[in-house]
Amino acid sequence: MIPLTHILIFTSILFSIGLYGALSRRHVVGILIAVELMLNAANINLVVFSRYTNTNPATGQIFAVIIIVLAAIAAAVGLAIVLSIYRNQKTIYSDEIDILKW
Amino acid sequence: MEIILAISKIGIYAIFGITILGAIFAVTLRNIFHAALGLVLALLGVAAVYFSMEAEFLGAIQILLYVGGIMTLIIFVVMLTSRIGDRTVPTSNHQRYPALVGILFLIAFLIRLVRETPWQLKAELSTIDAITIGKEFMGAYVLPFEITSLVLVVALIGAIVIARSDLKK
Repeated sequence: MIPLTHILIFTSILFSIGLYGALSRRHVVGILIAVELMLNAANINLVVFSRYTNTNPATGQIFAVIIIVLAAIAAAVGLAIVLSIYRNQKTIYSDEIDILKW
Repeated sequence: MEIILAISKIGIYAIFGITILGAIFAVTLRNIFHAALGLVLALLGVAAVYFSMEAEFLGAIQILLYVGGIMTLIIFVVMLTSRIGDRTVPTSNHQRYPALVGILFLIAFLIRLVRETPWQLKAELSTIDAITIGKEFMGAYVLPFEITSLVLVVALIGAIVIARSDLKK
């Protein structure tokens, strides 16, 4: 098997790419896509740690399943909010949505 | 046997490369529809990583839920919005270059952290099958399972309420 550190470096890079996307995108759906990438990187870490270290091997995978469900919830609620904002504001760019600022 | 092991190692690193390539596509491409396709590539790569870690149940869930469900939702919303392929509209805000510098520092920091930590590894890798996961869900982890289902119901009702068009009075 490949060493643990290589997988952790891979997930660190994946998480950082997602964070860059969340910080730099203007499009709201683009920000959601970047958040999904970060959740996936965290999920791989859970599975890898439960496989390589002395924890109960079921724990990591069970919480990975729960995180996948929560990510699906986040996507559903986020996209509902996007639809609602687009219907009211006719824009989808995060710096043009400023009705809570004055 | 040695050759097969070497080839499988190379295959895992190739999966890592493809996943990172898909992730870079997903955060940098101008057209948000192409970015969603890059996300599909990255999610399939993550599913392949799960399969290579002998977490077949998670890999199947990943393909079903993400690549099936979330991608359908995202592409659905992308189709509903206009000005997608317009080259005059900037796709990133003014934080782009500071964010890039900060992310490079973060990657360097995380790599140093990972390399210098003394990991307490076990001699033999553990594997687990879907039957054990199901039994654990109904046994020791039944409370997180129930709370997750409750959150799922609440969030889906909330999403329907937010996304519906206005009621006719």
